[in-house]
Amino acid sequence: MAVVFERPKSLLDVSTHYCPGCTHGIVHRLVCEVLDEMDIAGDTIGVCPVGCSVMAYDYFGCDMIEAPHGRAPAVATGVKRTNPDKFVFTYQGDGDLAAIGTCETVHSATRGENIVVIFINNTIYGMTGGQMAPTTLPGQVTQTTPFGRDPKLAGYPVRVCEMLSTLTGTAYAHRVAVDSVPHIREAKKAIRKAFENQKAGKGFSIIEVLSTCPTNWGLTPVEALQRLRDDMIPYYPLGVYKDITADEEGNK
Amino acid sequence: MERNLMKGNEALAEAAIRAGCKCFFGYPITPQTELAAYMAKRMHKAGGVFLQAESEIAAINMVLGAASTGVRAMTSSSSPGVSLKAEGISYLAGSDVPALIINVQRGGPGLGGIQPSQADYWQATRAMGHGDFHILVFAPSSVQEMVDMVTKAFDTADKYRVPAMILADGLLGQMMEPVTFPEIDANAHDKSSWAATGHKNEREHHIINSLYLQPDGLEKTVVERFKRYEIIKAEETDAELYLTEDCDILLCAYGASARVAKSAVNSARELGIKAGLFRPKTLWPFPVKEINEAAKNASVILDVEMSMGQMIDDVKLALNCSKPVEFFGRTGGIIPTPAEVLEEIKKLGGAQ
Repeated sequence: MAVVFERPKSLLDVSTHYCPGCTHGIVHRLVCEVLDEMDIAGDTIGVCPVGCSVMAYDYFGCDMIEAPHGRAPAVATGVKRTNPDKFVFTYQGDGDLAAIGTCETVHSATRGENIVVIFINNTIYGMTGGQMAPTTLPGQVTQTTPFGRDPKLAGYPVRVCEMLSTLTGTAYAHRVAVDSVPHIREAKKAIRKAFENQKAGKGFSIIEVLSTCPTNWGLTPVEALQRLRDDMIPYYPLGVYKDITADEEGNK
Repeated sequence: MERNLMKGNEALAEAAIRAGCKCFFGYPITPQTELAAYMAKRMHKAGGVFLQAESEIAAINMVLGAASTGVRAMTSSSSPGVSLKAEGISYLAGSDVPALIINVQRGGPGLGGIQPSQADYWQATRAMGHGDFHILVFAPSSVQEMVDMVTKAFDTADKYRVPAMILADGLLGQMMEPVTFPEIDANAHDKSSWAATGHKNEREHHIINSLYLQPDGLEKTVVERFKRYEIIKAEETDAELYLTEDCDILLCAYGASARVAKSAVNSARELGIKAGLFRPKTLWPFPVKEINEAAKNASVILDVEMSMGQMIDDVKLALNCSKPVEFFGRTGGIIPTPAEVLEEIKKLGGAQ
């Protein structure tokens, strides 16, 4: 019988600690499919953050480094600058990338570090039990915004792809989602393109993935996917915010 | 051998490059700026990486990334900047990743001042970050020692997979002395058993990590690390004993203040006072055996520091409070003079 679907080789055959219905599993698989398709897992070093994906080093089959909270892009910079022939990616959540690690994120982008950043935006701190994230939507109830996020008190959400697309050093900024099969296919293409960019030495590529957190949102997995569509995508529109390769194509 | 007249900060940089350091990540701060400036000029020519980071925090994490791949990596800063690196140093220690951190100390606390100080002794030897760990701490007292200790620090760090610090100060960083550079084999330590360099589909994946959610797992790694610390304490201490054989008053000082103390000891000897100097070259591990040897005939100890008295804790602990330990220090960036120290020696009397 023909095999039509199997676990990517780079995704280790272990149980994960992720909650039922969490979309981390999908994104892990997409990254690993790309590593397999490009046959680069043996030349890749991944950097995982503090947050829900802190133990991703046990799931990705490539060499892995666990970074302090928010510092993954700095750690990745150290790896890539001393090993320019290797592939380097970070896998970070919204609290990690857009709050405590904003400085490292912005400066690795503006330096045009030739790395891939996979950015999981689920509008909440998952690992610590559901506090307000920099991406938490106005009105969203979390443990630390029990009456809903009031922008007058707690400020506004950060739109990361929009912000990073203003930087000259950013090569590719693309927001995708994993709520449906077409969106998952689009996400896979974006991740592949990011790694191809690194191979071609194009510079900093960030793929923002709109994801769910059924546990801390207090929703079923199916309801959570619906919330992603109804509430998140309108605030965080999907699409390519910057692509220097498209600009290069256009100039030909 | 070729001799060069060099500033301390520049000598640290050149010594690191010659020791096979492949990357320098730093952030500007006085009084260590010449080190980074030298690296910016020289590192590229030497085939390495110089990168000015966006913060001290980013710099130490770039070191963590680079050193995790097995290359010799370093950063340098001064006191307030080193505080910012504390998080990353704790992660280096918890992940068993060797690297070099240089602290060209200035006065504190807070923003403090920019003049030479030794007020970071406690930080370096006691609490260089959260958690149960130590780092190697070397204390040079001349520009030549700065050169020699860079090599020694990289080698010892690699040997035990422990981060190392050179605890210098603004005086040593800014002064010029002649130096010679030793021949070095930077590839003496094979890191292929743990470094994250890409597995080439030829081995299991390597994980550089300090997270252990199971308490028994975390305890096991910490206990294993402390067994390494015991070996380091037994084998890696170093100190200079100057005129200690017959000394009645033993001065204890390290780094820049040891230079002042040595002048005062010489003056005291001219007056017929039997003074001597114990100068630790390693602050962690503290040279316990050596100070007990130096103090064997002394009736009183005089600890001299450019702080309110921090190393004095280790002096008392090492001697097990068996002798009186007096203190003289200046802080805030003031360097004590030999005459001031001599006055303290005279006050303590001492056998002629």
